[in-house]
Amino acid sequence: MKPLVPLFVILAVIGLAYGGGQLADTRYLLGIVLPYAAIATFLLGFSYRVIRWAHSALPFHIPTTCGQQKTLPWIRSSWIENPHNKRGVLTRMALEILLFRSLFRNSRAQIEEGPRLLYTENKWLWLGALAFHWSLLVILLRHLRLFVEPVPRFVIGMDTIDGFLQIGAPQLLITDVVVVAALLYLLKRRFTDRRLRYISLYTDYFALFLLLGIVITGILMRYFFKVDLEGVKQLALGLVTFSPTLPAAVGPLFFVHLTLVSLLFAYFPYSKLMHMGGIFLSPTRNLANDSRRQRHVNPWNYPVKVHTYQEWEEEFHDKIKNSGLPLEKE
Amino acid sequence: MPEATPKPEELVQINYDPHEKDWRKTRPEFRKGTFCHAALPKDVKYLGLPNPRDWQPPDVDWKLPPNWKEIILQGMKERLEKFRSFRLFMDICVRCGACADKCQFFLGSGDPKNMPVLRAELIRSVYRRYFTTTGKLFRGLAGARDLTEDVIKEWFYYFYQCSECRRCSVFCPFGIDTAEITMMVRELLNLVGVNTNWVIGPVANCYRVGNHLGIQPHGFKDSIDFAVDDLEEITGVRVEAPINRKGAEVLFIVPSADYFATPHYYTLLGYLMLFHEIGLDYTFSAYAAEGGNFGLFSSHELAKRLNAKMYAEAKRLKVKWILGGECGHMWRVVNQYMDTMNGPADFLEVPVSPFTGTRFENTRSTKMVHICEFTSDLIYHNKLRLNPSRNDHWKVTFHDSCNPARGMGLLEEPRYILRKVCNHFHEMPENTIREQTFCCGSGAGLGSDENIEARLRGGLPRANAVKYVRDKHGVNLLTCICAIDKATLPTLLEYWTPGVDVGGIHELLGNALIMKGEKERTTDLRGQPLQQKSEAVHA
Amino acid sequence: MREKLWIYGGLLLFLVGVTFPVWRDAITHATTQPPALEMPANQKQCVAPTDYMLTSHMKLLMDWRTSAVRDNNWKYTSFNGKVYQKRFSGTCLQCHSKAKFCDRCHTYVGARTPYCWNCHVDPALVKGATP
Repeated sequence: MKPLVPLFVILAVIGLAYGGGQLADTRYLLGIVLPYAAIATFLLGFSYRVIRWAHSALPFHIPTTCGQQKTLPWIRSSWIENPHNKRGVLTRMALEILLFRSLFRNSRAQIEEGPRLLYTENKWLWLGALAFHWSLLVILLRHLRLFVEPVPRFVIGMDTIDGFLQIGAPQLLITDVVVVAALLYLLKRRFTDRRLRYISLYTDYFALFLLLGIVITGILMRYFFKVDLEGVKQLALGLVTFSPTLPAAVGPLFFVHLTLVSLLFAYFPYSKLMHMGGIFLSPTRNLANDSRRQRHVNPWNYPVKVHTYQEWEEEFHDKIKNSGLPLEKE
Repeated sequence: MPEATPKPEELVQINYDPHEKDWRKTRPEFRKGTFCHAALPKDVKYLGLPNPRDWQPPDVDWKLPPNWKEIILQGMKERLEKFRSFRLFMDICVRCGACADKCQFFLGSGDPKNMPVLRAELIRSVYRRYFTTTGKLFRGLAGARDLTEDVIKEWFYYFYQCSECRRCSVFCPFGIDTAEITMMVRELLNLVGVNTNWVIGPVANCYRVGNHLGIQPHGFKDSIDFAVDDLEEITGVRVEAPINRKGAEVLFIVPSADYFATPHYYTLLGYLMLFHEIGLDYTFSAYAAEGGNFGLFSSHELAKRLNAKMYAEAKRLKVKWILGGECGHMWRVVNQYMDTMNGPADFLEVPVSPFTGTRFENTRSTKMVHICEFTSDLIYHNKLRLNPSRNDHWKVTFHDSCNPARGMGLLEEPRYILRKVCNHFHEMPENTIREQTFCCGSGAGLGSDENIEARLRGGLPRANAVKYVRDKHGVNLLTCICAIDKATLPTLLEYWTPGVDVGGIHELLGNALIMKGEKERTTDLRGQPLQQKSEAVHA
Repeated sequence: MREKLWIYGGLLLFLVGVTFPVWRDAITHATTQPPALEMPANQKQCVAPTDYMLTSHMKLLMDWRTSAVRDNNWKYTSFNGKVYQKRFSGTCLQCHSKAKFCDRCHTYVGARTPYCWNCHVDPALVKGATP
């Protein structure tokens, strides 16, 4: 069973981190050495991957056109779905990145007796993906309160909005609920949709389990097994101000959370999670459909062997002549 | 259609839920009807491509060069550097599965490796194994697998069951385009001499003679002359169709099927009538006598070698700009590749319609206009007299061809013309037209006879949408602007959706076009009587 | 070349964004020094052990509120047997200062101002008023 291997790996990491969170030496390792190593791997690895992509040439302009091209003035062109200028491209990219435009088109095909092919709306994947990504972003930004002193106003504001239901103390945050629900949905798809189960790799489950582990330990710390926030903030601040400290009051659960987060950051550049950077570079989306309007140069263009008119005329000379077509050389 | 072809009822037993076996453990079966024959050694040799030899896909030994693995991996490395699309699409797929049921080959076969995501995984797994750290270290755990001869065979099977139609790319949240991946794999396969006759044959012909079938210059002239005679009989008007004439304003390039195949031929008649009626100063070329470019289905280099003829001939004939006929992948090349490959076209002028004064700003650099852009502009400016009732025997639907739809965005122009030249036009369901259009299932060099089962399967979604409008509105003509569509859809519709013919936009335009000095039209361009047509259909 | 500028520019922007805490803390000269909390002068022991109060005071306060308001139960017997009145202003705020104790730490960890103060008044603002 494919999900078992990654599940076991994550559980093992959790177990090790929980144990390690209780001994002084390993606390140092997990609380200070590992986060630094992970962030360094992330920053360098991420940059390396993006630079690698940038170094691959962009020979042709190959946007996937999803609407009417810009041609005659009286035909309304679809300037976002088939952009012909920078404004259109930027809008298209913004829609893709912020709202997952392409995924919004998703449909589900079925075949019935007849045969009859049916295509039905299917926005669940879009909704689940959007819910997950936006929640994760808000959660990440909320965490700035632990890394930055004084806490920026937008972080407090975000916290206020996130907790506007005012349930309990500490207040229930909407994103905490949404992110878990979305992750469980994304995981459920991989289990129950047979096509998806067939295409899923170990790494697909690994990413989901890892994220779930992070989210669940975070929620446990906030609502159930409390940790000393002052100590957590000292540790976090210590890391980003390069004066690492290890407060004594921080419990092992926090170390599990921190270890999983470190693992996520270190794993990121080696994985499909790089789609975060990649989506910006996708040549079927970030180019204008203007190759007839404007010439684009292929940096590695090279001369090729062609069959010239002269060679052609020579080969078929008599036939051309007999059929009465004009010749260059009589 | 070959005898052994399964019946529609048999073919339609499709299950979209894959069996549980690991896909890395299944192998394709080279069963008759599912694959294309290998390229002929003489064509491979003529084009100067590697490893010409006699072989066929069902053979156990494909006679690959001894260092084939090295060649493939070196080829991958090179292409990862030359094509950002390739490297990116190898890296960022998250296997969300949105593309899975968007491919007509999957919808028609249920073969899980026809899901675009898995089609790409066929090479992505190899990419991981040899080009990523995690793949080198963790192998299978990281989704990597070794490159073996079986993988090459699998690539051949599945990347020649992709018509590069880009439909999956519309739905992919990252815009991953399987067409790009297919192009890469086909290039790689070419490096070790694995290619198909139905692609390399036409490429060799086109390269040497000027068109896919290898019709020589005198044959080309005969075909055009024949059309001119035919037209005189139908309309009473004698048109002129100059070839290789220097100094014309416009060079006109059509897919060669327009002058050697039906129903394309009726579209050719439509062009000739139109140009005569408006008095366009144009010429055909017997050297650049092919709009289509099967090179695209093989490698970027071959695409460039064939495409070069267009500009070369435009330059030689000293025309001002180029006009292109109804063709699908030709327009992918013209719209997205030509200027970059063989430009700049600085010896041409920005196309201006001599009749309406419209400057085609959108073609300012490439200087090549699509016939539908040209004609819709004429109609919009009331330059044509049309009698749409001459098409009343047709209930028409329009099939967006993949390349003009998703590699260009030519969606409204043909519809505008259609609405002006016929009275009964019905759209197919919205999930099957425009940018979501389904391929005919035979594009990208798959339109051969020997792989008929694969084609019929790939064509099911399109045919099924046609069936919907046939049953609902009585549609009996599917129009399209692609020569491969016109060549392959008749077979397909006859199989899945009998009673629907296939035609071109300019065929209907020709029917409707009122020409100066024409005799009373009794038949349409197909020679079918205008009045009794409706009875004939039901007979 | 222009498109490479976009990529590198975007990457730079991303790196600047990701390292926001680093340079922001450098600008504000943030240190790991925790806030100086003013401890009660007249009491040595809170209603529960310090460790517990540090992490879970909000839970205790919510429990107090519920049992007092819903069950009319106003007595709280602490871990060392001492009995307290379940009153926020009357008990907690008699020892702790809102400004120099509660707010300092809440601001430090960015825990948003709880809605305690929607009903309760800081005694420091109304000298002499009965709780």
